[in-house]
Amino acid sequence: MKELKVQPIKNGTVIDHITPGAALKVLKILDIPEQERDSIVSVVMHVEGKTGKKDIVKIENRELRAEEVDKIALIAPDATINIIRNYEVAEKHRVGIPDEIVGIVTCGNPNCISNAREPVTPRFVVKQRKPLRIQCAYCERELKDISAGLL
Amino acid sequence: MTFVGRDIVSIKDLSKEEILHVLDRAEDMVPAARGTEQNTLMQGKIMASLFFEPSTRTRLSFETAMKRLGGGVVGFAQPDATSLKKGETLADTIRTAEQYCDIIAMRHPQEGSARLAAEFAQVPVINGGDGAGHHPTQCLLDLFTIRKEKGSISDNRVALIGDLKYGRTVHSLAYALSLFQADIVFIAPQQLQMPSEVVEECQEMGARISFETQLETVIDDLDVLYVTRIQKERFPDPEEYNKVVGIYKVDLPLLEMAKEDVIVMHPLPRVYEIDSQVDGRPQAAYFRQAFNGVPVRMALISLVLGGIK
Repeated sequence: MKELKVQPIKNGTVIDHITPGAALKVLKILDIPEQERDSIVSVVMHVEGKTGKKDIVKIENRELRAEEVDKIALIAPDATINIIRNYEVAEKHRVGIPDEIVGIVTCGNPNCISNAREPVTPRFVVKQRKPLRIQCAYCERELKDISAGLL
Repeated sequence: MTFVGRDIVSIKDLSKEEILHVLDRAEDMVPAARGTEQNTLMQGKIMASLFFEPSTRTRLSFETAMKRLGGGVVGFAQPDATSLKKGETLADTIRTAEQYCDIIAMRHPQEGSARLAAEFAQVPVINGGDGAGHHPTQCLLDLFTIRKEKGSISDNRVALIGDLKYGRTVHSLAYALSLFQADIVFIAPQQLQMPSEVVEECQEMGARISFETQLETVIDDLDVLYVTRIQKERFPDPEEYNKVVGIYKVDLPLLEMAKEDVIVMHPLPRVYEIDSQVDGRPQAAYFRQAFNGVPVRMALISLVLGGIK
């Protein structure tokens, strides 16, 4: 624990191994600070881990839902999610990128039919996992800035 | 290999073998496409021709193809007269249109629209162009033309010329030519050169690729000139457009420098890029290419609706 620069939390979520520099995008995905006005949120960026630099986010009194974890996977594919209960790690899992990403990001192509008023959910096919490259299932354009397209 | 009930949204929906099969069946359709033979394969069938943006060749040749097969055509040539004007979604228009037809041929200005239509329609959808996206029947008729004129697809050095960045036909054609391991030369000004993702894909498929900015440099070594129009609306600065618009003009002096059996193709409409004096020369294949849209679309409609195997 010596690399952690912040106190352990009693209950909540620790998102570890976030791609260096991506912690603020993780906060955006989790709609922090709007959603968590009453809990303590700690952000540590560019800390030295066993496999190089990483960011860490700790959120007290909030356990992440599956769809939130999926979103984090898109911008921090190596992140691990630790659910903390009474200072213990109760659950630990890695984020995973599915073969198809549905309803999480919108297409960056303004002329894509999925951005029109049509009864469809934006859908992307994963072309490559590392580094992550995703392609719109409708217009087939690659989404260059994934974090900008997050719903 | 079965085509029955399939949607044809992108040329990538077809394997090399399936493409060759379509071209073979298209060859069988040529006499009926010319009207010298009668064909009733699609008698009693109706095609909805849904053109949400203007088109001359694609719409006319789709409709001619269905009529030459003995089938009927309903539809519209522009969306002004439809419920889209009233705010109807494409999904609803498609689900309505399919109540009246056996197959849908459509063009729409937005990328991905044909994929969306195919998802909602129970009847087969053939994409006649979706914005800057795909145009698979154009690609098939281009391949058909090269094979018919030159005897094969793979043994040619094919130059794709003009707007390679935005032109939808050249992206699909580059992919398809790569399937046949053709030798491809991309000739374009730097700012309109083929997008790197298309180039990478072609190279991964084993195509021999080279780049040029001048047509004159390689003209004597080419078998097919595939000329495209440089579109004024792509240039925010008219001066930039004026700099590039005239640089790839195919005219009689240029043809003098080319191989005798070179062919000149163009998806049309052309503006300045092919001199009208070239029209009378045997090398001018572009109007024959426009005709080839009919037998190719006849074959595709018949395959998808099970009229032929």
